[in-house]
Amino acid sequence: MKPPPFDYLDPRTVGEAVSLLRQHDGEAKILAGGQSLMPLLNMRMARPGVLIDLAKVAELDYIRETDGGLTIGAMTTKRSIEDSVLVQKRQPLLHAATLLIAHPQIRNRGTLGGSMAHADPAAEYPAVAIALDAEFRVVGPDGERSIGAADFFVTYLTTALEPTEVLTEVRFPALADRRGWSFMELTRRHGDFALAGVAVTMDLEGPGQCSGARIVLFGVGPTAFRVHGAEQILIGDRPGQAVFEQVAKKASEEIDEPLSDLHASAEYRRHLARVLTQRALLQATARAQV
Amino acid sequence: MTTARQVRLTVNGVAYEAQVEPRTTLVDFLRGDLGLTGTHVGCEHGVCGACTILVNGRSVRSCLMLAVQADGDSLTTVEGLGDGKLHPIQEAFREEHGLQCGFCTPGFLMATYELLQLNRSPSDEEIKDALGGQICRCTGYQAILSSVRLAAAKLRE
Repeated sequence: MKPPPFDYLDPRTVGEAVSLLRQHDGEAKILAGGQSLMPLLNMRMARPGVLIDLAKVAELDYIRETDGGLTIGAMTTKRSIEDSVLVQKRQPLLHAATLLIAHPQIRNRGTLGGSMAHADPAAEYPAVAIALDAEFRVVGPDGERSIGAADFFVTYLTTALEPTEVLTEVRFPALADRRGWSFMELTRRHGDFALAGVAVTMDLEGPGQCSGARIVLFGVGPTAFRVHGAEQILIGDRPGQAVFEQVAKKASEEIDEPLSDLHASAEYRRHLARVLTQRALLQATARAQV
Repeated sequence: MTTARQVRLTVNGVAYEAQVEPRTTLVDFLRGDLGLTGTHVGCEHGVCGACTILVNGRSVRSCLMLAVQADGDSLTTVEGLGDGKLHPIQEAFREEHGLQCGFCTPGFLMATYELLQLNRSPSDEEIKDALGGQICRCTGYQAILSSVRLAAAKLRE
């Protein structure tokens, strides 16, 4: 349980990090907070020749208000997000999800960008990004580009990042008026990865009709994903128990092939997705009505 | 490849300078290079919490950090708690039987230390959240919970 040998580089700027990635193309791995990569190194499931540590790239650690939304630097720790009054106020869904990630000792080191780029299918942040329609800014040898959350997560532990690109920030657009939200998951023990989870946003208009909704499931497929069919049932209807049951059932049916492992069978994960979706819809509606 | 690097850091108020291989984890560096064996190595993948120490005042898993990453940092390990005698948190764990074999104890003490630095009157829920990442296989968590309650009371005095 000791990491294999590697060379360690600690650039001071994004530009330096990108040129180092290019120089060591194919053998380098970015180290962010290390809370996923370090276990992989210790267990020798990852064997990069070179580690490029972003810890000293100070320009990647910030939380900024932009057009009512938030822009957060990739190296911002979960603890900073948890402690931010701005996040609590502007992106309560992101804040609520952060509190469910692992333990304080992990959140003290783990970063927003690290979680996104690692793309664990049971992790909270990718689901938050898809639910909030976040945008990812990445920088590579040819300059920068933006990737929408829907396109960023490709499959199990795989994102749209090119090997020579660095994720630099995530932009969360402002929450619309009368948009309710909910974030729920079920874990074996507090702080564990979720067996299944759901992020919901719901827009109400007029006397209480649903005008838009996003339902994102995680822990039940190769990435977090929206259940579009379930959302369509909800939109245009008045939220209520009967329609929620229908929507949740549809959501669970849209899961392709839930993971089946030691912790939970595929059948149980599908069941959890349905129950959690129904509860989350109820909570999101209540929040939209405030 | 894997050239050793110079690191300078402070541990429990003492300045150290050492050559270290990049792949050395911080916990192995503390124990093997500095001889500070109070910090224990358990699972080595961030799950058990035995290796918890403070880096610049924040509790972290020292098995999930490289020694080279601690260059310039100020660390506190369990050896730095008491300053020659037992710290009130350690006294509380002794009085409330918050340890049995003691393997997990350094991690529990350091996680408790951070919690009580930030909050002198934590609720049981807050204690459980702060210590949720620490695993104990013999004492039982109730005695640890009452130890932390007592430690908080001692520190409020």
